[in-house]
Amino acid sequence: MSKERNMLSVWFFIGVLLTIYGAVILIASISNWSSPSTAVLAKYHSGVWEGILLLLIGAFYVLRFRPRPKHKKYD
Amino acid sequence: MFLINIAAAAALWSGSSRLITLAPSDLLIIALYFAMVLGIGVYLRSYAKTSNDFFMAGREMSAWVAGLSFLSANLGALELMGWAASTYQYGILAAHFYWIAAFPSMVFLGLVMMPFYYISKTHSVPGYLKLRYGEATRALSGISFAFMTILMSGINMYAMALVMKVVLGWNIHFSIWVSSLTVAVYVALGGLYSAIFNEVLQFFLIWLGALIIPVLGLIEVGGWSGLVKKIYERVHSNDYVHLWSTLGTFSGNPMGVHWTGIVFGLGGAIAFGYWTTDFLVVQRAMAAKDLRSAQLAPIIAAYFKMVVPLIVILPGLLALAVLPYKLVPESAVRPGLHSYNEVLPLMLARYAGPGVLGLGITALIAGFMSGMAGNVSAFATVWTYDIYQPYMRKHQSDDHYVRVGRWCTIIGVFLSIATAYFVTQFQSIMDYMQALVSFFIAPLFGTVLLGMLWKRTTPKGGFWGLLTGTLSSVAMFAAVRAHPAWLRYVALSPDARDMAENLYRALWSWLICVLVTIVVSLFTAPKPKEHLTGLVWAYTELPTSEPMPFWKKPIFWGAGVAVFFAILQWIFW
Repeated sequence: MSKERNMLSVWFFIGVLLTIYGAVILIASISNWSSPSTAVLAKYHSGVWEGILLLLIGAFYVLRFRPRPKHKKYD
Repeated sequence: MFLINIAAAAALWSGSSRLITLAPSDLLIIALYFAMVLGIGVYLRSYAKTSNDFFMAGREMSAWVAGLSFLSANLGALELMGWAASTYQYGILAAHFYWIAAFPSMVFLGLVMMPFYYISKTHSVPGYLKLRYGEATRALSGISFAFMTILMSGINMYAMALVMKVVLGWNIHFSIWVSSLTVAVYVALGGLYSAIFNEVLQFFLIWLGALIIPVLGLIEVGGWSGLVKKIYERVHSNDYVHLWSTLGTFSGNPMGVHWTGIVFGLGGAIAFGYWTTDFLVVQRAMAAKDLRSAQLAPIIAAYFKMVVPLIVILPGLLALAVLPYKLVPESAVRPGLHSYNEVLPLMLARYAGPGVLGLGITALIAGFMSGMAGNVSAFATVWTYDIYQPYMRKHQSDDHYVRVGRWCTIIGVFLSIATAYFVTQFQSIMDYMQALVSFFIAPLFGTVLLGMLWKRTTPKGGFWGLLTGTLSSVAMFAAVRAHPAWLRYVALSPDARDMAENLYRALWSWLICVLVTIVVSLFTAPKPKEHLTGLVWAYTELPTSEPMPFWKKPIFWGAGVAVFFAILQWIFW
């Protein structure tokens, strides 16, 4: 039914949020690079890796499920 | 602007001491989350116009969406923080609640029971009971489900608010009201569509937010063998890292249980009862677009359920190994001490830096909200279809019932908030969470199972079996509260502890329900065959599925869950 109603895919929403999160975490982690937090194992800069991971997953879902004129997959 | 409001409100409402201080990037992540879930609700409002849309999400979800939503509705705040806390107390035995409690019950739901739910086109589990047994059984089940759902939702809400207060210094009222009203708005707007969309989103956030703990934790302790060694150094016992080898006696393990309780009580009565009859989760599978997707939904969920211990059980074990102080029960918390319930946030604070910490806190909030949205959307459906429509206002327009559903969602949230405040006054109610399952869910499984598989089961048999099973469970619970020594009779051993009582009580109440149902059925008149078509195994013709390769069939993936389960048991035996 929603195929006809052209509902945005749930995966698209996920992709958008994860992409923004990835950017925020990456920027926050890079800006703290020279003064790492007091967290245990901060030397591994986990925020940078997490940010990249989120960006990659988010970008995949945004591109794969972005709204198109003739939308076929809704979920 | 929204971020500033959140930060200002948090500052306004906070004031108590806190374990973690959030950076602006953390607050931004939390604010974005709230904006997104509300945005999804607003967007989906225009798609939730008919009752089929609002209560069943149009029955058009794919297997993956229904499956992830099915699991996410179960991953509430207590599920995440509670079992991490239990792991700190009992060790890896807590993983039984993710492994034997997932397989075989979720696979059984997909392969055996889902066809009946789906083919009968019922809107709810009480709705199936009405078709199979009649009004009395539906009323009993509907009212007990509504009561249990609201109580669970309130307890979850209070648990989350308590942790937010301790960890972030957020005022308890602020946490309860902001999170609950957000859930009320997005579910009331978009109905089950909105609940399911947000649950899938929350599933991702829970995983990505919590994953940092096991990854960095294992690096810190030097892998699994390092973890085992460190736990031994701390507690001088290996009982915390074995799944089955300590279950030969009640006294031989930290949980005080026996393998019979785990297999028959947990894996049998509780798990089958919860996964196959609790409408909170079953509703998600029923929203699938076709029978195959509905069958696959719980099976897909079972795979993910079995890896949840990575972000719940493993952090509890890591806390045992690395935290430089001992955690205590909630009742023993004094200034400077932390309770078991704070394990997950404490571990998050240990490893997460700015941004990542915000994502982790968002994961906890998402866990709470997905659990609550599941509860209120199921409550709204059962109340509207199984209480309001048959007993209050019959034969109204579809629009009318959608409006009632929206109001029920909001009323359900307010009732949950009231319950949360009730729990604030009587904190010991939280200890009774497991008891609720044995009161209502375990006997219900007996009623539904016999109804589906035994054509001779009669309406009177179903009603009296369910009622007797529920009352006997409450009676056992009350008896042990009044005379604690009687635990030895319920759990079959003087060495049994509280958890064993829950497992065996559920088993006995299920058995009592089944026995009473069979005996009463044999002495009362069954329903005619024509009234049982599509409801009972013997009289139901399952639709033949389109030809497909074997690896696309639900039974293939169900067998895969069995293999995965066996491997996990072997590794951690």
